[in-house]
Amino acid sequence: MIRVVLPYHLRTIANVGAEVELDVKAPVTTASILDALEARYPMLRGTIRDHVTKQRRPFLRYFACEQDLSLEHPDTPLPDDVARGKDPFIILGSIAGG
Amino acid sequence: MSGVRVLVGTRKGAFILTSDGKRKQWQVDGPHFAGWEIYHMKGSPADPNRIYASQTSSWFGQVIQRSDDGGKTWNPPGTKPEDLVGPDGMPKGTSNMFVYDMSPETGKPLTTHQWYDGTQHPWEFKRVWHLEPSHSDPNTVYAGVEDAAIFRSTDGGASWHELAGLRGHGTGPQWAPGAGGMGLHTILIDLANARRMFVAISAAGVFRTEDGGKSWKAVNRGLKSNYIPDPDAEVGHCVHRIAMHPSRPNVLFMQKHWDVMRSDDAGENWYEISGNLPSDFGFVVDVHAHEPETIYVIPIKSDSEHFPPEGKLRVYRSRTGGNEWEALTKGLPQKDCYVNVLRDAMAVDTLDPCGIYFGTTGGQVYVSPDGGDNWQGIVHDLPAVLSVEVQTLS
Repeated sequence: MIRVVLPYHLRTIANVGAEVELDVKAPVTTASILDALEARYPMLRGTIRDHVTKQRRPFLRYFACEQDLSLEHPDTPLPDDVARGKDPFIILGSIAGG
Repeated sequence: MSGVRVLVGTRKGAFILTSDGKRKQWQVDGPHFAGWEIYHMKGSPADPNRIYASQTSSWFGQVIQRSDDGGKTWNPPGTKPEDLVGPDGMPKGTSNMFVYDMSPETGKPLTTHQWYDGTQHPWEFKRVWHLEPSHSDPNTVYAGVEDAAIFRSTDGGASWHELAGLRGHGTGPQWAPGAGGMGLHTILIDLANARRMFVAISAAGVFRTEDGGKSWKAVNRGLKSNYIPDPDAEVGHCVHRIAMHPSRPNVLFMQKHWDVMRSDDAGENWYEISGNLPSDFGFVVDVHAHEPETIYVIPIKSDSEHFPPEGKLRVYRSRTGGNEWEALTKGLPQKDCYVNVLRDAMAVDTLDPCGIYFGTTGGQVYVSPDGGDNWQGIVHDLPAVLSVEVQTLS
């Protein structure tokens, strides 16, 4: 199972804890994880990436295995530790005041 | 026993304030959606337990929330377990999907509008500013959005479709965002003829439809705006708010960027009614529930200084449909008050006597249970108030 860590406000919308587990078919990529996440939690559609263009919302980042994967192509296979469920795929909101 | 439910949208969540018909003792419930901007909440006139909310964030975009039990519980429409997948097996989750309609059958090409630097810029959806439920059908609701357009849902907010005739009106290249964005902030539905609606856009002006939103006419004659090259232009005016009494759909009142205006012919012609106001800049305007010629505004010092003149928070009431205004001050701070009152942050109930409500950027929500003569603060320390609506409950 793939582990995904959500930012606080998306946990409240989806009514889940900090981490969710998803069954994602190989190859495990950013796009396939987000597809599975949105299929399981449709209320998250549009909150992480645009409904139509699928572009990442600008104030969100994707981290895993101590790497920033936000700028990788969404179809690039993710590190093995993510695919094996050892490390989580982290969706992170940028820090900001106000 | 009658009562009221006040729906307050703030920069950091939603609050629901309830009271009986006396409107003296209040219960405060919230925050709902803590940490999110709640641009607007409004209840369905056809089913008061049905409430729609626009929840928005710079991080996570737009979310539509719906309550079917008067605000106790909320869900994004179409995402309850039984609604999760459509007939084709695909997840729905389209309640926050606002896509401009460019289809050949019903839509318009993606037009451009004027950008801050004078160049043309394509329409980009940012957020829902205003939700206006149908008077007769709880599942039908309109959304006014930024960049300016109107969308309609007929399935309780689960999916949305643009009424593209407005954005495709042809004057789009002359529309421009104000400092707060190019938002469609006001939707008025004629109670006697639901196919007739008025919308207002900053900074474009007022538009009217007679055919349920297929086609629109700009109705801005008489408006004069010195901040645009042609002060009398057909569009480009920064209308802050319009209001209508349901019994007189041809009479409209407007708080423009500067100037308080009135039309007696459904927007065909406007004339100024600022009269003796200390400033005719402001954001809100509303009409007494039982006296169509009694109207309310809250003057703000200027477009450069968004606070009350002289630091005195004063609601101004005209009982003559404009021009002659009286200051209402009893119970409102009359010194050192430097808050603003935003365009969607005033409402009236339908009790007798009529209750008037407004919220401030300082986090106060005030009520007058007697048409404006006396005011009391319901709450004083909320986040900045973006919108106030009230439901009168039987």
